[in-house]
Amino acid sequence: MIRRVVLALDDRLGTAHFMRKALRKAFPDHWSFMLGEIALYCFVVLLATGTYLGFFFDASAQPITYNGSYPSLHGIQMSAAYASVLRLSLDIRAGLLLRQIHHWAALVFVAAITVHMCRIFFTGAFRRPRELNWIVGLVLLILALGAGFTGYSLPDDLLSGTGLRIAYSVLLSVPVVGGYLAFLFFGGDFPATQTIGRLFFTHVLVLPALLVAAMAIHLGMIWRQKHTQFRGPGRTENNVIGSPLWPNYAMKSVGLLFAVAAILTALGAFFQINPIWLYGPYNPANVSSPAQPDWYIGWLEGALRLGPSWDWQIFNHTIPAPFFAGVLLPLVFFTLLFVWPFLERRITHDGQPHQLLDHPSDVPWRTGVGAAVLAFAIVLTFAGSDDVQAKIVGISVERLVNLYRIMLLVLPVAVGLLTFQFARELRARRNALAEAGTRIAISRTDSGGFAEQPEKDARRP
Amino acid sequence: MTARIWGIATAFSVSVLGSALFAAAYALHSGPQWEGLGLFVALGALGLGIVLWAAFAIPAEQVVDVRDDYPSDRDERSEAEAALEHGLAEIDRHGFLTKVLLAALGALGVAALFPLRSLAPGFGQGLYRTKWRRGARLVRENGVPVRASDLAVGSILTVFPDGYVDDASSQTLLLRLPPGVLAARPERRNWSPQGYVAFSKVCTHAGCPVGLYRASTYQLLCPCHQSVFDVAHAARPISGPAARALPQLPLEIAGDGYLQAQSDYTEPIGPGFWQRA
Ligand code: HEM
Ligand code: FES
Repeated sequence: MIRRVVLALDDRLGTAHFMRKALRKAFPDHWSFMLGEIALYCFVVLLATGTYLGFFFDASAQPITYNGSYPSLHGIQMSAAYASVLRLSLDIRAGLLLRQIHHWAALVFVAAITVHMCRIFFTGAFRRPRELNWIVGLVLLILALGAGFTGYSLPDDLLSGTGLRIAYSVLLSVPVVGGYLAFLFFGGDFPATQTIGRLFFTHVLVLPALLVAAMAIHLGMIWRQKHTQFRGPGRTENNVIGSPLWPNYAMKSVGLLFAVAAILTALGAFFQINPIWLYGPYNPANVSSPAQPDWYIGWLEGALRLGPSWDWQIFNHTIPAPFFAGVLLPLVFFTLLFVWPFLERRITHDGQPHQLLDHPSDVPWRTGVGAAVLAFAIVLTFAGSDDVQAKIVGISVERLVNLYRIMLLVLPVAVGLLTFQFARELRARRNALAEAGTRIAISRTDSGGFAEQPEKDARRP
Repeated sequence: MTARIWGIATAFSVSVLGSALFAAAYALHSGPQWEGLGLFVALGALGLGIVLWAAFAIPAEQVVDVRDDYPSDRDERSEAEAALEHGLAEIDRHGFLTKVLLAALGALGVAALFPLRSLAPGFGQGLYRTKWRRGARLVRENGVPVRASDLAVGSILTVFPDGYVDDASSQTLLLRLPPGVLAARPERRNWSPQGYVAFSKVCTHAGCPVGLYRASTYQLLCPCHQSVFDVAHAARPISGPAARALPQLPLEIAGDGYLQAQSDYTEPIGPGFWQRA
């Protein structure tokens, strides 16, 4: 049977050569190489759950008066979109479960992408010949952020509507073209009736299609270039050592798919997320306090809060405050990420291809820079919920904001320098050990004593 | 060996039970927790079984791949380059045609931009004007107009122009201040009859409704990024990221005792944008 399939395919397509090599392809084993896979499997879960949700979601701003199964909202005006998510959550069996899995999967998806990116950065996996895939990966991150934000905005509840209002103002703040951009994305002045339909189409077709395309390129390049590997016995710049794709790696990876799906299911089943029936429908004159976005928007929320209160008047034109924190900062941030492989090459004058990975302590300065940037993003993220913290700690938001502004400038520098120093010491210690290992070996003499003897084949770790 | 096989078989059997639990929970309307528990067990046990299988029932194996796929050898590279250049040279022999071709492609590209216009409808008025007009009555969210005698000193109310309840950009905060609190600018002296003042409720930072009021200090607070506006001084921002005061709506009291607007806001409300002078 198997023989017949293999032969039939090869007769027609000549697949045997590819198959022989592909099935025995080596996949290096390291826990950190699972991060990208986890992201991929989150995406699989998103597609599966999202498809179910899509059949029930009504992407319409049509105002209706609610008289469904949730008494607290009876008689309240809401959009058909919000009502459809209420029905999906409260009336349709398995609807709430799948909605919550979908939302958790989105959060873990972006988290997995982010940690995966950190792995690539701190091990130098972005270096030649993999600069292109670093760029494709960043595109994937941006697409995932877009998918998350558009999805979060679909239910048209009070929380997501507030987020949209802010996004609209941020777009509006762009010099020269801001107004056109905002109208282009929202379909008119906020709140426009067309917005939900556009968000829906973008969320379920445009972004997933782009994500699939970019993932195909991403994985295709990995396949072609072969995986990097950490240093180790027998591993060189010219080989890859690992489990064969078939059956070892394939089995493990399918197991991981089900494990990821299981964990996301458990999160969706037991940890309530985005209970939109408690927030109520969006109403432009209301806002809930405190309002928190999903975690991956936190750094932008924090930037808007800490941002300077500038309102620049230039030749009878305005550049308002949200531009600096909401547009310029992320623009600089992502530009820096995009050019990093080329920037680093400029700095190190190292244009050689690298198939062996760095240990983060091998390159202290890069690790220090990465740690500083992470610290910056983390301070911003925490600042994104400063009102909640102020309430808990019992100090005024104004003072906390000032504290965060100082931390935003000081902490990244401190963290970067400490990490740099730590990595250097780690490297020095490792080198010392390695050198010691090459110099001395001790053996028992016939008389029962010890003797040093030069060791020729001592391994460097 | 057999113990391992049995362990893996048990995992798959547990997964079957999980699927059954999910189906039963669905059929019995048991809610997301039971459905989720079933699905979790079904997926988790399946994953566990497969991972155990891979780890214990398939011999570990290491293979070595040699990296010889790229870069290609020197001849291959120069032949690829030559092939590309050959084609380009062929095309370029008709340099004139190339230019016309590029012009045609460019025109198509520009033409394709036109439909974008339909995606961004009527940019303009909405950003500059609200629905407030001279003589528009102030009404509450339920449409009931406000009389000058209605509000106690110190209270606050969200109002809209009559006929436009819930209009997002017209939402306005009406406050009644005790005498002597308001430090009105000279040109706004007659905008606040009997201590009534009205400010746009749309935050000048990023457009959230400025929904919180600290009556003791006459401060309005935006819950989105915590901008604070000082009502007594023309709602100027005193902390947070907002840079501009909330625009003030000129009020008057009509002959019948109802509050109404003298005009629209005298400047664009809400967050700033490039075309705003
Ligand atoms: C590509 C990655 C994706 C991400 C990051 C993502 C994220 C999200 C998020 C955060 C929500 C809000 C859910 C909630 O309120 O609980 C959402 C809603 C939704 N998503 Fe996705 N999603 C993705 C892909 C998809 C796909 C591929 C589909 C359909 C084929 C889909 C269909 C939907 C629908 C219909 C809703 C609205 C219903 C609701 O809110 O309950 N999503 N998405
Ligand atoms: S929208 Fe009011 S402070 Fe940002």
